[in-house]
Amino acid sequence: MTDPTAPARKQPSARTLQVRASLRRRHLSEQIFRIMGIVAICAALGFVALLFTDVLRKGIPAFHQATLHLDVTYDPALLEIDPIPVRAAGQSDADFRAQMLRWQRGIAMLNWNKVVEAAMRAATPAGFEIDTKSLLSIPETNARHVLREAFVADPSLMGQTRRFDLLASANADNWSKGNIDRTLGDAQQQLSPSARQLIDTFEANGTLTQDFAWGLFTNVDSRAAPASAGLAGAFMGSLYMMLVVICLSVPIGVASAIYLEEFAPKSRLTDLIEVNINNLAAVPSIVFGLLGAAVFINFFNLPRSAPLVGGLVLTLMTLPTIIIATRAALQGVSPALRQAALGLGASKTQMVFHHVLPVTFPSILTATIIGVAQALGETAPLLLIGMNAFVAAVPGSPVDQATALPVQIFLWQGNENRNFFEARTSAAIMVLLGLMILLNAIAIILRSRLEKRA
Amino acid sequence: MDMLAGKIKTTLAPDAPQGAVDPLNNRTRIAARDVTVHYGAKQALFDVSIDIPDRAVTAFIGPSGCGKSTFLRCINRMNDTIEGAKVGGRIELDGEDVYAPDLDVVELRARVGMVFQKPNPFPKSIYDNVAYGPKIHGIARNRADLDEIVISSLRRAGLFEEVKDRLNEPGTGLSGGQQQRLCIARAIAVGPEVILMDEPCSALDPIATAIIEELIDELRQNYTIVIVTHSMQQAARVSQKTAFFHLGKLIEEGRTEDIFTNPVNKKTQDYIMGRIG
Repeated sequence: MTDPTAPARKQPSARTLQVRASLRRRHLSEQIFRIMGIVAICAALGFVALLFTDVLRKGIPAFHQATLHLDVTYDPALLEIDPIPVRAAGQSDADFRAQMLRWQRGIAMLNWNKVVEAAMRAATPAGFEIDTKSLLSIPETNARHVLREAFVADPSLMGQTRRFDLLASANADNWSKGNIDRTLGDAQQQLSPSARQLIDTFEANGTLTQDFAWGLFTNVDSRAAPASAGLAGAFMGSLYMMLVVICLSVPIGVASAIYLEEFAPKSRLTDLIEVNINNLAAVPSIVFGLLGAAVFINFFNLPRSAPLVGGLVLTLMTLPTIIIATRAALQGVSPALRQAALGLGASKTQMVFHHVLPVTFPSILTATIIGVAQALGETAPLLLIGMNAFVAAVPGSPVDQATALPVQIFLWQGNENRNFFEARTSAAIMVLLGLMILLNAIAIILRSRLEKRA
Repeated sequence: MDMLAGKIKTTLAPDAPQGAVDPLNNRTRIAARDVTVHYGAKQALFDVSIDIPDRAVTAFIGPSGCGKSTFLRCINRMNDTIEGAKVGGRIELDGEDVYAPDLDVVELRARVGMVFQKPNPFPKSIYDNVAYGPKIHGIARNRADLDEIVISSLRRAGLFEEVKDRLNEPGTGLSGGQQQRLCIARAIAVGPEVILMDEPCSALDPIATAIIEELIDELRQNYTIVIVTHSMQQAARVSQKTAFFHLGKLIEEGRTEDIFTNPVNKKTQDYIMGRIG
């Protein structure tokens, strides 16, 4: 393969040989570095994969829940109550309301468990022997409330039969999902032998099925009826907190960053402020919780367990992140743009608001969303301001008592009914992680859109 | 390159029109006396005194770091924005002290426009780039007024024909030379009396440079122009008055022809002959 026209290959010089000798060493070190990098990435990905598979494996079953499909008869023999009062001619308003209240109280006083029991007995195959206690351990304890609410909403149900989908109890759910070792002796089982057998029968004949657990999203937390425990209250609590955090930390953070970066004279004082803001970002979050308890609750007497206070505490935590990120973004704006504005006779304020801020907007937005996502996952400070209280209601405003998603996870993970709540906890983690991923995705999309436009 | 330079010179630097007033007989627009600039402890400019004539192009030449840009930026007080910059001496614009405490720097910069070394259009549309100055200074009374200002400014900067169909497209999408003309249009739109140009062609190719030089030559009919340039050929082509700076000092100033054909100072001679720089 020698080309006669090509110039004869020159013997490499001593210098070339020297370089060649060092090359091998250099390539080797690069190889080693690359391998180490790949190993590091694999390790990191491995841990993430481990986390996700564990959470998914445990959490996914919780999205389906044992549900009983029962024909419920509102039997007047079991429910001794007058028909709903009708306003008589000439009856005063107050009188009628008092009568109505008496009727409603009467409904609450009825033993609705009898209706539940009757429905269960009706579904039980003929000849199956089971005592009342065992029978009532299969539906969740809130079944009677569900039936009662349905009657209050529609009193014409009296004497009628209607099909209801009622949650099975946590124990029944565990049994039907196979979370309980069936070989264990009766003494170690939560459910009586007849109840266990009936569940299996129900499963076989389709009275009990695993349905999608909408209650996980629509219900509030519950201890008396663990199978009905849901995330709605915690979700709204977190939402209100995020609202407070966004409304406070963005304007305050961005404004202070702009002032410090663009207007404040460079002095010892501003240096000191800068150092302290950086330090603030590293303060453990639980310290902010202590501060919140001392200042917002004890001094300002704001309500305990309220998303408002939680939001204020998380605002304190998020502020340094936003200030630091905004300042970094402002510092990154090219001096040419500033000079262009100033050279045209724009004032400093005009320069900042017309030119510098629009350019940095995507970065500020990203920083804000990442800061808010961080706040969303924060638990420790909330424990100190009472947001780990058991709250069985959806908060209607930021000053109502509430809990938050991460705190709900904390509470569920500590629940006595491990067997049932392990899956719920993982499901709640999935919801929280999903929310985080959504927030980060929004940040990425908005950023790339805004940058394309600029 | 030399051939091209020669060509540009012959085609773009027409002899002064018949009956034109000798530029150095024009009235003085800007008068600087003993101007010094310190950046922190370092002195960048030493006692510069010069008169800048109206309706003419004055070029500042000299090697890098000689203080010509520093001096230019004293005229519209852009040095104010640099941390630790201190300006001494006196600069008058039409007899008015530019550094007087009661002078509003925003007003000054509306009267003294500036074009920078690297084209720096705003990341906005071509229209908004030109309209920004008139908007903030309240020059346009209504939309029609503004349109008129934008179009006439673009026209005077020789850019209108090239961009008239895409006024709403971003200014940053133009070529380098077009961007620089956009920056000139933006400066003109405010209606300044003086335009400072800080090496406006240093980032441009020879063709774009030629177009800008032609434009500068036209603009001097209406404006006082001060241009800082690295290129002696450019100074020779576009300016009527030239000042040579070296190591922070003004070495020599005078009519451009005199400076280039008959410099008095040895350093000026050396620079023009290419011995320092």
